[in-house]
Amino acid sequence: MDVLWDPFVQSAFMQRALVAGIVIAIATAVVGTITVLRGMAFLGDALAHGVLPGIAAALLIGIPSVVGALAGAAVMMGGVAAISRRTRLSSDVAIGLLFVGMLALGVVIISRSDDFAGSLTDILFGEVLGVTWTQIAWQAGVAVAVVLLAWLLRRPMLLMAMDPDQARVAGYRVGLIEAVLLGMIAITVVASFVVVGALLVFGMLLAPAGAAALVTRRLGSMMMVAAAIGIVSTYVGLLLSWHFDLAAGASVVLTAVAIFFIVAIAQGLMPSRRPHPEHAS
Amino acid sequence: MSAAIECNGLAVGYGGHAVVGGIDLALGAGQWLAVIGTNGSGKSTLLKTLAGLIAPIAGTAAVRSADGSPDRATVSYLSQSHEQGFLLPIRSRDVVCMGRWPARGLTGRLRGDDQAMVDDAMGAMGITDLADQPLGTLSGGQCQRVHLAQALCRRADVLLLDEPTAGLDAASRERYLAVMDSERARGSVVVTATHDVREAQRADLVLVVAERVVACGPPGEALTAEALAQAFGVVISDATGPVVIDPHHGHDHHHGPGSPHVHGPAPGHQHEH
Repeated sequence: MDVLWDPFVQSAFMQRALVAGIVIAIATAVVGTITVLRGMAFLGDALAHGVLPGIAAALLIGIPSVVGALAGAAVMMGGVAAISRRTRLSSDVAIGLLFVGMLALGVVIISRSDDFAGSLTDILFGEVLGVTWTQIAWQAGVAVAVVLLAWLLRRPMLLMAMDPDQARVAGYRVGLIEAVLLGMIAITVVASFVVVGALLVFGMLLAPAGAAALVTRRLGSMMMVAAAIGIVSTYVGLLLSWHFDLAAGASVVLTAVAIFFIVAIAQGLMPSRRPHPEHAS
Repeated sequence: MSAAIECNGLAVGYGGHAVVGGIDLALGAGQWLAVIGTNGSGKSTLLKTLAGLIAPIAGTAAVRSADGSPDRATVSYLSQSHEQGFLLPIRSRDVVCMGRWPARGLTGRLRGDDQAMVDDAMGAMGITDLADQPLGTLSGGQCQRVHLAQALCRRADVLLLDEPTAGLDAASRERYLAVMDSERARGSVVVTATHDVREAQRADLVLVVAERVVACGPPGEALTAEALAQAFGVVISDATGPVVIDPHHGHDHHHGPGSPHVHGPAPGHQHEH
């Protein structure tokens, strides 16, 4: 069975990639679960793209890319809130516009840099095989923060997903919690883009959580199953990329998406555990 | 525990536009106000305003502890529609348990007495047997009882229930009315929105609304044929009192035995709101 372990024993960069992938799988499972339950997938995707110009600008002026990414995420969030509040357009139009605008801005900024093609590919699709222990350390910090916040805010977050009015009447500070939630999505996206890239991080947010939603009944178990799927995807994806010389980040995301479809199809073949809506009068 | 609701010159609505104005109310502990009117008459908007979900357009709406403490009274709110399509097949009992969360803060574990209150509320609504059923598998009436149990187990000072009897069968309706009696005995202030005259007749006070206050007072004074005609359009009476034909619901709301056979208004006769 050396085929299954050798890459991670022999190669230091594969070890780091595996550790980084596992850390990110945990953070994205937690945040992805909330995103999926809230029906905020499109916003998560937009955020992932929103960080791009921030990272690009940071590279250009020589500040840490994390700072730039957070700034990009903040601009994206602020833009969505402002457009939805001030115009009659629904938030999906605002998100869609900013999404494309930020992506284009990112590419324009990167095109000013000397090493255009290389850095663009890294930012969009990740450079998991080049991840450093320093990066892993701060990714681990993000994962811990996200897990703690989700544990602390699990009640209002579940109520807000089911019925925001109830959350308000129950006395939870819905606006503040909403802002914390958006912040959690933003820092997770920022922490993850090194591993799977700004374009593919969306897959890690949605695929494991989506698959977990099909087989679990509770918030906590959904997060744990999503994390397990993310970790398996990381391991399988890295292994495939090593043996078949494939792009590492993309292989990880592809594995996660494949697991989602396998679970969804298996669900379809099984007797339904939920009656259809006509059961309800 | 006691609470009070006081509204002075209250106008409620959305986006600066009042749906109903000129509401003056004073409710004390143990009193039940039924707000009656058609869909779009403003009764849900009034409940949302009392719940603090939307701001008054004009006037004041105070929901406070009657013992003089400045804290807002604890409020339990049952909304008119429930999200039944929630992604996770969350168990009915877990949904009811959410009613105890406000009492335990963000992370406090539910204690034995919380569990007892949940069991009591589920028993009162007759859903003890449904405890392990996922919410999404329940019928509309069962789902409504789960949400009612959630609102009840909160043990709030003020209960704001928007169409609590929607989808309930006769037996569940009786359970609900019994619960209303015990809630009032407990000293809570209850406000319900309904389009059911028979239910409103059980309340202490009735507010008849039709985009304005048509009548307000004890059921005997407020639920006159004239007021109901203004609110609903079509009213007939039988030996037991007025029977309303609500053109917006397309069926009569006389639920007692021996109700006269009545026909709703001709198609196309609709109030625009």
